[in-house]
Amino acid sequence: MDSGDASGYSAGVDDDYESLLSTTDAELLKRAWRNEKAAPEILQFEAALVQRSREQIQLMEETVEEFSNNGADPLAVSLYQMDLDRTLFLLRSYLRTRLQKIESYAFHIQKTSDLWNRLSKQEQKFTERCIDDMEQHLDQSVLSKLPHGFKSHLKQSSLSLADDMVPDPQLDQYVICRSKRFLGSFQLDDRHGEEPVNIEANDLYALPYKSIKPLVESGQIDLI
Amino acid sequence: MANQSDPNAFAFSAAELEFLAEDEVVEIVPNMRMEPLNLISGDFGPFRPQIAAQVPLWLAVALKKRGKCTIRPPEWMSVEKLTQVLEAERDTEKFQLLPFHYVEISRLLFDHAREDIPDIYMVRSLIEDIKDVRFHKIGTGLEIISKEVTYALRLKNLSAMEANIVRPFVTKALQTFHKLNTSEAIPESGSVPSRQRQAVNQRDKRVLKGR
Repeated sequence: MDSGDASGYSAGVDDDYESLLSTTDAELLKRAWRNEKAAPEILQFEAALVQRSREQIQLMEETVEEFSNNGADPLAVSLYQMDLDRTLFLLRSYLRTRLQKIESYAFHIQKTSDLWNRLSKQEQKFTERCIDDMEQHLDQSVLSKLPHGFKSHLKQSSLSLADDMVPDPQLDQYVICRSKRFLGSFQLDDRHGEEPVNIEANDLYALPYKSIKPLVESGQIDLI
Repeated sequence: MANQSDPNAFAFSAAELEFLAEDEVVEIVPNMRMEPLNLISGDFGPFRPQIAAQVPLWLAVALKKRGKCTIRPPEWMSVEKLTQVLEAERDTEKFQLLPFHYVEISRLLFDHAREDIPDIYMVRSLIEDIKDVRFHKIGTGLEIISKEVTYALRLKNLSAMEANIVRPFVTKALQTFHKLNTSEAIPESGSVPSRQRQAVNQRDKRVLKGR
């Protein structure tokens, strides 16, 4: 185990866009799922990918139906069904991971427009419902019984300047990541003036999420 | 309120790692005839008796369970290759290159295709030994985090499962060091006496070098 330090992504960034293009939706969905599971904050909703996966799933469901009605090879049918189940699992787990994050950080997501815009329409609705329920619950169980000035769900007391009762994800948390390509030297955190980390292809690194966030968003680095 | 997310929660479960490993491609020799499968995860086949085909592990295991094929163990799973890896693993501090999912793949093959693996007992014990040696190295390797202040850790050739197991500890440790080193006031960690904080700051700028 050795270490380096990290940041500005210099060389070798746009080499293999072809390999990106040739990646199947199944691979993309797997990557989205992994990233979502490993990232501390909620990521951009993969609307197009989810839409395509849904269509593929539906198509495959119809195909399986048709096969089993036609008396096709039961072995093949069961294999198609397994493949379908795997994709369904990925999609469900992806959506569910996002819902869990929304439940944890609903207030924070709602008041941060950057995060709010990462959600799908349905997720936004879900967030609002979450918040309503949470507010109602807090009011009924605690807040309504507190003295005036301590009744906010967002602040400890009316003296607090910021919303200090809103949980938000820890972006300085370390994550384990891997790049498919050589990304060159990467400055971890300019505050420290360390030497940059060299990010080699296919090696694992433990780095602070905050410093590789742009690389995750542009798909240059995968969270593991 | 910022400190409530637990890195443990973001680790993958063993079952999820196995799920990922099941997408790795292996070679099978079918004993039946089947048209190509156009699956969501890709197109596989056609399958002809005695003609080798490349399929994902889950598909191989499914066919194997129904007695429709034999699985060819991957090249790295031979006694010869594994003996080399084990020796190298013992001789150097570096981690040898093994498939990212070697633990999960070998486990799945031991469970479902034992008769297809030549010298299975030998192979099995070699893999166990390799795993043990590597885990021991991980343990000693991690001591380095506490000796020198580390901002980034390169986990060269670590496998999926190994990375997943060290994740909660490594991420938390690195984050704590990072926090202690940041010169800004430390919110909410009033539990750290200032004496300790200074001690850490003296070693501030050091970055762990490759071994």
